Formats: sequence, structure tokens, C-alpha cells
Amino acid sequence: MQSKIFYPIYILWLRQIKRYFRSKSRIIGGLAQPIVFLVALGFGFGSIFASAGQGNYIQFLSPGIIAMSIMFTAVFSGIELIWDRQFGFLKETMVAPVGRMTIMFGRTLGGATTATIQGVIVFLLTLIIGFRPDIAAVLWGLLFMLGIGLVFTALGTAIASTMEDMQGFGLIINLVNMPLFFLSGALFPLTTAPAFIRWIAFFNPLTYGVDGLRAAFTGVSQYNIGVDALVVAGVIVIFVSLGAWLFSRVEV
Amino acid sequence: MPEQTKSAISVKNLTKKFSHNFVAVDNISFEVEAGSIFAFLGPNGAGKTTTIKMLTTLVHPTSGSISINGMDPVQRPHDVRQSFGIVFQDPSLDDELTAYENMFFHAGLYGVPRADTPAKIEDMMKFVELWDRKDDLVKTFSGGMKRRLEIARGLLHTPAILFLDEPTTGLDPQTRNYIWTYIKKLNEERGLTVFFTTHYMEEAERSAQRVAVIDHGKIIASDTPAAIVAASGTANLEDAFIKLTGRAIREQEAGGLDQLRNMAQRWGRR
Repeated sequence: MQSKIFYPIYILWLRQIKRYFRSKSRIIGGLAQPIVFLVALGFGFGSIFASAGQGNYIQFLSPGIIAMSIMFTAVFSGIELIWDRQFGFLKETMVAPVGRMTIMFGRTLGGATTATIQGVIVFLLTLIIGFRPDIAAVLWGLLFMLGIGLVFTALGTAIASTMEDMQGFGLIINLVNMPLFFLSGALFPLTTAPAFIRWIAFFNPLTYGVDGLRAAFTGVSQYNIGVDALVVAGVIVIFVSLGAWLFSRVEV
Repeated sequence: MPEQTKSAISVKNLTKKFSHNFVAVDNISFEVEAGSIFAFLGPNGAGKTTTIKMLTTLVHPTSGSISINGMDPVQRPHDVRQSFGIVFQDPSLDDELTAYENMFFHAGLYGVPRADTPAKIEDMMKFVELWDRKDDLVKTFSGGMKRRLEIARGLLHTPAILFLDEPTTGLDPQTRNYIWTYIKKLNEERGLTVFFTTHYMEEAERSAQRVAVIDHGKIIASDTPAAIVAASGTANLEDAFIKLTGRAIREQEAGGLDQLRNMAQRWGRR
């Protein structure tokens, strides 16, 4: 007997995975930004970072860029709900004998998985550029990648559930993604940043994703890796609940 | 199926009010006999789509009662959903998936047993003559092929009722004819109840056993096509429809959906 809940979740997850691997242009397009950041910032600021006594910048920056690429892919796959809602598969899923929560979980798991895969590809690229992580901690790293993916797919779904059309899409990228990324400790150490930036970063979930990833891969971090994991897990619960609640109110 | 009624669809005093006290559907009642083809006609904005959404569990009625295959869509949404298939006005296929994958995912969502799924998909896809294209991405399909695939998909879980919301809009006469051949065959061979809306009056006249005309949220005529034509003293259903609903053109405000549609066209659907 196939489960009435888990099998549909698997089906919706599988759909996201298939779509991801089929859209080669999006995979490659999604790699352009992290590569530019890694090369331009990594090599451009490397010597300044080192002379400021902070060590190897590539080593510091790589976890931040991996986290960024996961966040962008995840928010985007959440936002894709708007397209699906009006044209694609969503109407089909809404009249299927499947609960809204099931649909939301399937989509979110699928989006988070593809975002994690994107993160792994960027991770492999960082190795080429000169990142030398602690391979023993790769499992922790993967967990944080998946965690970041879940947080931001759920956030994207929550935002998309309140939007009528794609007009606001650029706004989301500029108003949500960019500040979250720049004020997360992905690019610079928060310990030496001004107090108000530290405060903003304190409330930014990506901060803990980046910090956890950095802790796992390099052993250097602002918070304890356990604290990072707890915060990310807590934010997953909050955002998935928020996304599920907003999604349950969507009308097609 | 409960035998208390031979109606596949039974609607009593159904009303839907939206915010600002806009009454989209105003106290309508009708019956659709099991195994029949029923046409639901009306100008744009008359309340057709809102009614279909209520019948198919997507929107809750403000008041009144609905029975779909003997079940209330508000009380038992999942059972009702399991018992009908639907083809929406806008395509609801996933363009990035193959025809087969669209069918496979539908089967998964509707709990079609995995062991039966391949045979059922093959059966339905052969029925709409798309089996040889099963591994092609849906985005390479023409409008008519997408419609046929949607019909096949809507029937995959062997529903008792098929809802078709303007199934032939935008298709050429050949394709329309083709699609109606399928629908009639399904109705005759499998006893499927068909509930459809259309702007092509000759389709309703030719295919439907009964017709209801809705305008401004109220049903203004409900009978056999011949009886409606006779009662209005006109030559055909198109003229009868114009006489019933007036000549004024209904302007619909372009909502978010229309804007999105335009955008999708511009972007070539991604």
C-alpha cells in the first residue's frame, strides 16, 4: 500500500529534481554569480584580508559563497510557486486529493534538495579555486547546506503565497536576498564589524547558516557549531510553518 | 456510489459572495444526470468559473449546497476530488516534464496503485493518440496536443465526472472536432458524466443533452438545447443565447492573471 502522504511528497519532490536537472541553463546561469564573487572578491581582497591579519580570504569566503548560492537557488524555487500557481502544475495539485501541507512539504523538500545540489557544485568549484576544507566534516557541511536550503525555500514559498504576480520578483531579490547575503558574515568577519551590522546579522538566519558551514569546513567560526545548528533548525520550523500557513490560504 | 440520486451533480441555492459584497453566483440550482453531457454557458464574468471552482472544491460556497457523486465538496474534499477529473481553462501541465511524466505524477498524486499505473497511462495516452510522443517534453506540444494530454490525465484516476472549462478555446476546427469525438466516445463507452463550459454555442447544441445559461450570477435558462431554442423563438442556440443575455459586450478588468498571461507569452513560457 503506498502512503497517501509520503508518496505524494515524494512525487512533488521528484518533480522539482527532474525540473532542476533538465534546466541546464539555470544550473550554469546560477553558477556565474558565485564564480564572479569568488574570483573577484577572493583574489581581489585576498592580500588586504591577509595583511589585516585575518588569514586566507578564499578559506573564509568560500563557505559564504556556497551559502549564498544555496540561498538564491532556494528563494527562487520557492518563488516559482507564482508561475505554477497561475499556469502550471499548482492548479493540478490543488484539485488532487492531497492536503495543502503535503504539497507544501513536497515542494519545499524538492526546492531545498536542488539548492543543496547547487551548493555542492559551488563547493566543488571552490576546491578548484583553492579552498581547502576539512573533508572529515563534509557531513556537517551537507547538513548545513540542506538546512539553508530548507530555510530559504520555505521563505520563498511564504513570500510567493502572498504575491499575485511576478511584478514583485525583482523587489524580492533586491530587498530580501541581497541584504540577507551582504549582512550575514558571508563576505567579512562580523567580529570586527561595526555594532549595528552585528545587530542586523544577529537576526539574519543566513548568518548562522554561513557560520555553521564555516565551522564545519574550516573549524573557524563566530558561534559554536551546535548553536548554529540549533538556530538553523529553529528557523526551519518557523519558516516552514509560516510558509505552510500562508500557502494554505492561497486561492487558485 | 450512493443510490439515493441519479444525479452526478446536484446544486441547490448556491451563492458565492466575494468581498465588497460582489455576488458572483446568486442562488443557483441545477441537476446534472449521471452519464449525461451538460453544457454550462454564459458570457465572460457571468459566474461560470466561480461555479466550477465551487463544484471542484477550490472555493467554498457562501451558502447553498452541492453534491458531487453524492458527496459534499466542503465536508469531504478529498473524496470529491478523487471522483472527478478536470481540464482547466489555462493549461495546467508542467511544460518541463515529458507527457509520460505528467501522467505519472498525476497518478502518484491521486493514489493510483503503482502496479496499475503504467498500463493505465498507456491506455489513456493511446486513447488520445499521444502514446508515440510520450517521452517528448510537453513544451514541444501544440495547443491541441496539450488539451488531449490534459483530458487523458484528467481521466487517469477513472473519475465519474469530467469537468471541462472551455476545453476548445483557441483551437482550430479540426482539433475541436477531434476533441469532441474523444469526449463523446468517453461518454458513450465509459458512461462518463461531462460538465463543460464553452463560448462555441454550436458545440453545446451538438453535444450536450442539457444546457444551463448563467448571467450576472443567475441561471436564466436550463433545458435541452432544442427547448431553449424553441422557447426563445430563434433559429439556433447562438441566437437564443444572444437573446437571453443581450448584445452588450462584457468588459472584464485585466487582473493579475491576464498580466501574467501576457508576460508568459512575451517570455515564451520560459
